[in-house]
Amino acid sequence: MLYVVIAYLWVSVLLYLLMGGADFGAGIIELFTSKENRPRTHTTMYRAIGPIWEANHMWLIIAIVILFVGFPFIYSTMSVALHIPLTAMLLGIIARGTAFTFRHYDAVVDDMQVIYRRIFMYASCVTPFFLGIIAGSAVSGRIDPSATDFLHGYIFSWLNLFSVSVGIFTVAICGFLAAVYLIGETNNETDTQRFIAKARTTNIIAACAGALVFVAARVDHIPLEEWVFGNPVGIAAISAAAASLILFWWLIKKGKRLVIRVLAGFQVTMILLTTTYRHYPNIVLLKNGGHLSLLEDIGHEKTIHSLGLALLIGSIFILPALFFLIYDFQKKKIK
Amino acid sequence: MDDFIAARSQMALSLGFHIIFSCIGMVMPFFMAVSHYYWIKTNDEVYRSVTKAWSKGVAIFFATGAVSGTVLSFELGLLWPTFMQHAGPIFGMPFSLEGTAFFIEAIALGFFLYGWNRFNKWFHWFTGVVVGVSGLVSGILVVAANSWMNSPAGFVYSNGNYTNVDPIKAMFNDAWFSQALHMSIAAFAATGFAVAGIHALMILRKKNILFHTKAFKIAAVFGAVAALLQPLSGDHSAKDIAKRQPAKLAAMEAHFYTEKSASLIIGGFPDEKNKKVNYAIKIPGALSFLAHGDFETEVTGLDKFPVGEQPPVAVTHYAFQIMVALGMVMMGIAVLYFIAVLRKKNWRNSRWLLKLFVFATPAGFIAVEAGWTVTEVGRQPWIIYGVMKTKDAVTPMPGIAWSFYLFTAVYFSLALIVIYMLYRQIKMVGKLYDTV
Repeated sequence: MLYVVIAYLWVSVLLYLLMGGADFGAGIIELFTSKENRPRTHTTMYRAIGPIWEANHMWLIIAIVILFVGFPFIYSTMSVALHIPLTAMLLGIIARGTAFTFRHYDAVVDDMQVIYRRIFMYASCVTPFFLGIIAGSAVSGRIDPSATDFLHGYIFSWLNLFSVSVGIFTVAICGFLAAVYLIGETNNETDTQRFIAKARTTNIIAACAGALVFVAARVDHIPLEEWVFGNPVGIAAISAAAASLILFWWLIKKGKRLVIRVLAGFQVTMILLTTTYRHYPNIVLLKNGGHLSLLEDIGHEKTIHSLGLALLIGSIFILPALFFLIYDFQKKKIK
Repeated sequence: MDDFIAARSQMALSLGFHIIFSCIGMVMPFFMAVSHYYWIKTNDEVYRSVTKAWSKGVAIFFATGAVSGTVLSFELGLLWPTFMQHAGPIFGMPFSLEGTAFFIEAIALGFFLYGWNRFNKWFHWFTGVVVGVSGLVSGILVVAANSWMNSPAGFVYSNGNYTNVDPIKAMFNDAWFSQALHMSIAAFAATGFAVAGIHALMILRKKNILFHTKAFKIAAVFGAVAALLQPLSGDHSAKDIAKRQPAKLAAMEAHFYTEKSASLIIGGFPDEKNKKVNYAIKIPGALSFLAHGDFETEVTGLDKFPVGEQPPVAVTHYAFQIMVALGMVMMGIAVLYFIAVLRKKNWRNSRWLLKLFVFATPAGFIAVEAGWTVTEVGRQPWIIYGVMKTKDAVTPMPGIAWSFYLFTAVYFSLALIVIYMLYRQIKMVGKLYDTV
């Protein structure tokens, strides 16, 4: 059952990155859209994520619940050392979620819309940035539970070049996912072309940000290259991602919206696979060379068992309903 | 500000904020479903407008409740890491089930809000009901987790180790039923009175009377039924607390000394130093009766507990008095309302009855906040009753006060915006729903 729980944790993180990521990305794309096109981007975005945006963010809750129920020591260690970026991320989540809803349900449309829009766009950038920082910090080996001073315990645990560049990379990936997703959601050719251009740009930016992560890892003495290229799975995943990238650039011209969506999702999946595979089952690397492991730092045996059961039973209800929701709204849109 | 107090204040603030939004988010869908049902059955456009107007409210409150709930799932670790490290695997079961319920609620809400004219009418109606039911189930599960802190079960604690963990037993601890029942009814009463009060005000101001009258009726019936049931559940809770957490009961009642035939203390100002209550009304034997069903039975006082294990008396006592007083007021209005509906038809449109409802608009939510203060402050100094003290669970990170100020600012502005939006929502009823 432990493996079931770990699989659910990984899949929840992946789905949050893909669906929540595209959702955040929509706000990022809006921020980087010229003023005259903003209303159109906004309309497309709303049509695309309106019905499912709440569901997109549930994956984070599933992941965090798995972590605190199944792996409480990992949860509490990260909560202490990464208190500040976690708080920043939470403020982003509050601001973004409420601004998104207020934008669409405020009965009067006036200057308040400007405020909602600004909050929504900036929070859409801030939240994935700190999510990236948190992910980067988990493996950067800077978390030091025995630190006695404030700076080493609570600041340098996450404030380093590597974590920050992972944050930037995450923002870029979200923007990329959103651009690809929005291509298929427009109702006119001009907007489709606009989003194709955006998808290309964000793809290049994401690649650059990815390169930045490698540079930052070198500067911070983190053996990222060895992690990624030092094992057959990593090499295979990266090669597959690279191959799909070529296919992606070729197909994006033809406007095959479903295929390029799958390809973009595939690339991100491969990135997550490479970066987590090498450390599995360790998900937090500590400063003293120790680590927190999904196989060792578990809650109680019986808890893992009931948690696994709860997740399996929950999926029976959630997945068909979610699939139907997405399917139905996609179908109606094509008509 | 001391870090420990800051952490407690931040938690209280976050829960106090979240509780309002989650109550409305879980109860409003039921109002919506009733109105929706009338619309399908009678084809009366007014019911359709009411349903649509309420669904916008639900969307706003659900989104705010969802984000503040997400924040809480992190704050548990950010503020109380030691507690979560030990308690997480024991009381986590309801949280993992709640994840599912909450997820279904979000999906169903997607269907409902965007499903107008898309689906079969009854399927659309059904998705709205699913929103309500899964919301209610979420609420019950979260309260079950909280009740475990009051009534720890499903593990053996010795020498700082938690062994023989049984998450199912932990979920069905002794307190879960009475707490979940009391909270669910409270949510219906509070939301019913709040919604009815707002619509009553609009009727009094002669704005879109037809619309507001229909809306008022649905909300008022829910609120009134819940307000009549609540004292029964309250009595059940009191007897339960007398058995499980006598220190909390003693603090609620400002009952300093153990005695037979204990008197019920109403109102008054507890003087914790001299262990007495000034200016209170005392009803001899009534506390014994309420706690144990007999006028003679001994009721444990605070003197039976070491000083370090006594909850703050004044706060718990005041909060309890406020909750009970408001509960009584709401029950009184509910009785009048039912007399109006069943016996005195001419009362129904009378201004004084509507004015009473307007007056009681915030009553339910103030009572909810007061009730939570009773259960949380009354458990102090424990975070897990009898097992772990709150001060031993707090994060080692210094400077929590800053975090508290930040969250206060955020929640305060958010509350203002939501109130402002609600005001605009109501103001626009006439324009948006021109059939009325």
